[in-house]
Amino acid sequence: MKKFMRHAIFYSVLIGIWALLAKLKVWPPYVFPSPQGVVESLAAGFADHSFWIAIGVSMKRMLLGYSLSVLLGMVLGLGVASNKFLEETMGGLLVSLQSLPSICWLPLAVLWFGLTEKAILFVVVMGSLLSVTIAMETGRQQMPKIYGMAGRNLGARGFRLFWHVLLPASLPYIISGLKQGWAFAWRSLISGEMIFVSLGLGQLLMMGRDLNDMSQVIAVMILIIAIGYIVDGLVFRTIERRLQQKWGLAPAT
Amino acid sequence: MTTNPISQPGFSEHRSPVRGSVTPHKSGLVPVRSNGNNGTAKLTLKNLSLTYKANGSSRLLALDGIDLKVKPGEFLCIVGPSGCGKSTLLHVIAGLQQPTAGHVLVDDNLMDGPGTDRILIFQELGLFPWLTVSENVEFGMKMKGIARAERQEKVQYYLRLVHLAQFKDSYIHQLSGGMRQRVALARALATEPDVLLMDEPFAALDAQTRDLLHDELERIWAETGRTIVFVTHNVREAVRLGDRVALFTFRPGRIKREYKVDLPRPRHLEDVTVAKSAREILDDLREEINKSLEAEYAGEVLKR
Repeated sequence: MKKFMRHAIFYSVLIGIWALLAKLKVWPPYVFPSPQGVVESLAAGFADHSFWIAIGVSMKRMLLGYSLSVLLGMVLGLGVASNKFLEETMGGLLVSLQSLPSICWLPLAVLWFGLTEKAILFVVVMGSLLSVTIAMETGRQQMPKIYGMAGRNLGARGFRLFWHVLLPASLPYIISGLKQGWAFAWRSLISGEMIFVSLGLGQLLMMGRDLNDMSQVIAVMILIIAIGYIVDGLVFRTIERRLQQKWGLAPAT
Repeated sequence: MTTNPISQPGFSEHRSPVRGSVTPHKSGLVPVRSNGNNGTAKLTLKNLSLTYKANGSSRLLALDGIDLKVKPGEFLCIVGPSGCGKSTLLHVIAGLQQPTAGHVLVDDNLMDGPGTDRILIFQELGLFPWLTVSENVEFGMKMKGIARAERQEKVQYYLRLVHLAQFKDSYIHQLSGGMRQRVALARALATEPDVLLMDEPFAALDAQTRDLLHDELERIWAETGRTIVFVTHNVREAVRLGDRVALFTFRPGRIKREYKVDLPRPRHLEDVTVAKSAREILDDLREEINKSLEAEYAGEVLKR
């Protein structure tokens, strides 16, 4: 509870200073909105369903794009990890490609797919594919060999060996990569949506700019942060904690 | 099958360098020679060799021309200095490692690859930490495609056999070393293998736990009638458990000698007869240990 109190104090002070600055009118409201204005924007956005729709559209793209990149990343990562030649050549390429911001794929995607849903999915996939692939590759390599041997010894072969042994055995090593992949995908999606006009949270953000509505801009930014935090904190941290408890890597708290 | 081999004349082709130099029946030990046995063996190793490719051009001969027969229901212990290829031999029998030459017969059929008729209990166990105790025990049966109801029944049976029934929902990290050992045993037994391969399973345990597990293993062996090949560096343990003890040489791994242990069961680690028999094998083993130490020392010197 003490931790909660500290958080409560910190955020009250932060919002207090914000409210004070807005009240003093150091800057005009269209440059520096008040907390009340942002809350009103949030309420209005949810009330007229525009925020719900944007969240729905963005989350659908995320789920699709992220699942695709996890699937592809698994295949690629395991392929790279199991082949010495691929590991040397493709492994290096993957690492160097990671220095390319994923939004740089958008022009290419638009030329390939046109202004379609496919283009934005492509950007999302490219944003997270590399971290997922690299996570799979290192996970496969760091995983103790004994589990694979024990699995084969007990009669597991082929896909069943992969599904029942190799995948769960490497999960503690790949979960942080999967989490990073999700974060990258989320960023790619929002930046993609900002440039590429078609519903979604990114577009809502740009609409706020076009309408000169600073309150909406801040409201949507808060929304984007909140969703990212919730998925990270609730989904991935829960999985991580469960894994650690099962494996005995951390005390069960 | 179980006739005293000393009464069977005509053992030939034994590689032992000390052939014929032992007095029989001293301290319950009878020197035996493999081969020349016309009954069906559960396991037959024929001229088994394995070479490791060490870094670059250097090669390491881990196993060199192993000929060995294991009778159905026999408890065979293999002793030897560490690094002599004992574990490698078990991996080969389990089908997890390919021999460079020679082959393994199971019931006179050529073995190729792993199979649930031969289950290896690894030295480091390899229990699955993401599964509960009962899911671990169930795993092999699941892979064999046994129906859920039957699996559950057998899990219960084998967990009771190793006295772990009340821990069925625990995860591996919550168990003590001895309990993990018993989970591994239950997991191996649950696939109902003909042959149980055990790689120094009790090396890391404290003395009391080990004594307890010796008794349990002997009881389970008697109850289930499995063939067991048990690798250890502890000669006393080998004599306490085995019907027969095979002594390995240090690099390349060969069978130096075999001993039939003719002591009545149940035996105990502290039995004078066990100690006496162990002493005899230990004298032979010491020679090999010295060789291994010399090799280690030479390696140290070379490194500097």
